[in-house]
Amino acid sequence: MATTTMSTTATRARTGADGLASDRLSRSELIRRRFFRNKLAVFGLCVVIFMFAIAFIGPYLSQWNYYENDFENLLQPPSRSHWFGTTQIGVDVFAQTMRGLQKSLIIGLLVAVFSTGLSAFIGSVAGYVGGRTDKGIMWIVDLLLVIPSLLVLVILSRYYQGRSWLLLVVGLTIFDWMITSRVVRGLAMSLRERDFVRAARYMGVPTRTIIARHLLPNMASIIIIAATLNVGGAILGETGLSYLGFGVQAPDVSLGTLIAEGTGAALTYPWLFMFAGASLVLTVLAVSFIGDGFRDAYDPGSAKSQKL
Amino acid sequence: MLGYILRRLLNTVVMVIIASTAGYFIASSALYPRGNYEAANPPIPKESIDAVLDRSNVNDETPLLERYGTWVSHVVRGDFGLDLDGNRINEEFGRRIWVSLRLLVIGSVVGATVGVLVGVVSAVRQYKLFDRSFSLGAYFLLSTPVFLLAILLKFGGIRFNDTIGTTFFFTQGEYSAGFEGSSFEFLVNRLQHLILPTLSIALGSIAFYSRYQRNSMLDVLSSDHLRTARAKGLTKRQSLFRHGLRVAISPMATFFAYGFGLLIAGAAFTETIYGWFGMGQWFITAVAKNDINSVTAVVTFTSVLVLVSGFLADVVLVVLDPRVRSR
Repeated sequence: MATTTMSTTATRARTGADGLASDRLSRSELIRRRFFRNKLAVFGLCVVIFMFAIAFIGPYLSQWNYYENDFENLLQPPSRSHWFGTTQIGVDVFAQTMRGLQKSLIIGLLVAVFSTGLSAFIGSVAGYVGGRTDKGIMWIVDLLLVIPSLLVLVILSRYYQGRSWLLLVVGLTIFDWMITSRVVRGLAMSLRERDFVRAARYMGVPTRTIIARHLLPNMASIIIIAATLNVGGAILGETGLSYLGFGVQAPDVSLGTLIAEGTGAALTYPWLFMFAGASLVLTVLAVSFIGDGFRDAYDPGSAKSQKL
Repeated sequence: MLGYILRRLLNTVVMVIIASTAGYFIASSALYPRGNYEAANPPIPKESIDAVLDRSNVNDETPLLERYGTWVSHVVRGDFGLDLDGNRINEEFGRRIWVSLRLLVIGSVVGATVGVLVGVVSAVRQYKLFDRSFSLGAYFLLSTPVFLLAILLKFGGIRFNDTIGTTFFFTQGEYSAGFEGSSFEFLVNRLQHLILPTLSIALGSIAFYSRYQRNSMLDVLSSDHLRTARAKGLTKRQSLFRHGLRVAISPMATFFAYGFGLLIAGAAFTETIYGWFGMGQWFITAVAKNDINSVTAVVTFTSVLVLVSGFLADVVLVVLDPRVRSR
């Protein structure tokens, strides 16, 4: 552990000393190479790209729409016309699953980006400013962690039910930044004592600029990793809410509502929820492989402990 | 050390008060019990609606702070008030709390111990078959939402029953209604109901803890003090348990408090899917019914559980790690 820390510091010191654009480029090239050497990460990337592609192109390939009923084929198993079978009222399960996948992917991605951005901002302010601001923010974090966010979102569902799904994104974002902000705060606290940040402070650079120009760029790798890993958590949160009926509302569908509707008769008709469930697990799994791949690429020292 | 624990205890009590207050205000602003009666056909006279709402102290025409004051004056005497049908919430609470606690306590104990064991063995046998298969399994479990896992286990249990021809796994309720037999047979019957729901919430925690435990154990395994322990003549097993595990397990205590919050959310799904009338299932139905007092009671219950588990985690940390004691 000690040696890896030393070598990372050495690399950083060299990058700082040379300060050449080519040096920085080679570092990103190095990270890219390390990432693509990781088989699981590449597998995850392929799966996520495939999921996005099929979710948005798939509906054009199939002749059915997610709100259309085919009254001649009720509750049919997968066939050539209906690739994933049909439901009790003749809706094509493939079209439904693709639509649900779209919703879950978009919501997951947006929530992860927003909540990670929020936690980067809040965490770096708390860690850098310190003192009472830090105490206050950490107290709010503790409080928000006491009541499970799923329960709060269920209570608040009246505010976004029957309205735009974007409000659901806002809700999920507000209750999903706490853990990451703690990590960012820890980093900001250690960066705060570094010479270049101190120099900027003593030269009178305002706090706002120091955070934006010195802290955040130096935490970029951790923030990217956190954002990737948060996508999985956000998808799970959205599908959980939708499963209980407090998330995405009919007539729109998400993977969560599809699983909830499908499980009623699923013992005899497994195709009703199987495809939605499988694409949900596969997507979250792929996203976590990508996140771990990023982490290993940015910090090879942790590769030893993170690899499968 | 005693002072530290007392300070933490005081902090916990303050947090419970704030969390339940926050829960009360959130529930009062978001839920709209009057709506239950307004849409009725034939319409109910406003006076009757007000009477029903006033009985439970949830009338939105009474100022919120006044309602909160009444609620607090009851809660400090240990009375959570009445639900919308006029039933005492304390009775419902007393019935359901044991259902949920059984699920949560067994689930978290099984999850934490098995998870830590799996993590330690995986770290010691890094990249061996055990490590690889359990790591892959953990990745899958962490990517599977609790509700999907519960459903799959339920179907798996039903298939298993069909295959062996008798009902081994029960998938509905806590025990068979109208069950007759000796107390031992009753216990077995309860166990048969308990296995699948407990697995549903424990498997996720096992995966969660095993990943973190594996990482922290790997860090410890390569540390100097473990080499010293071996050099002074301890066997591998002795050094692992006495000097390795003790250090590697202390970061887990922090995760325990956070993991417990996830577990409670998971219990809401598991109870709904397996037809257990516990706190989680109560919460879901109470929100659908706009029952503010019941919702607040459940929120208070979860905040107490999360904070108590956080407090216990801190106490364990103090016992394990002498450096914390001096704080």
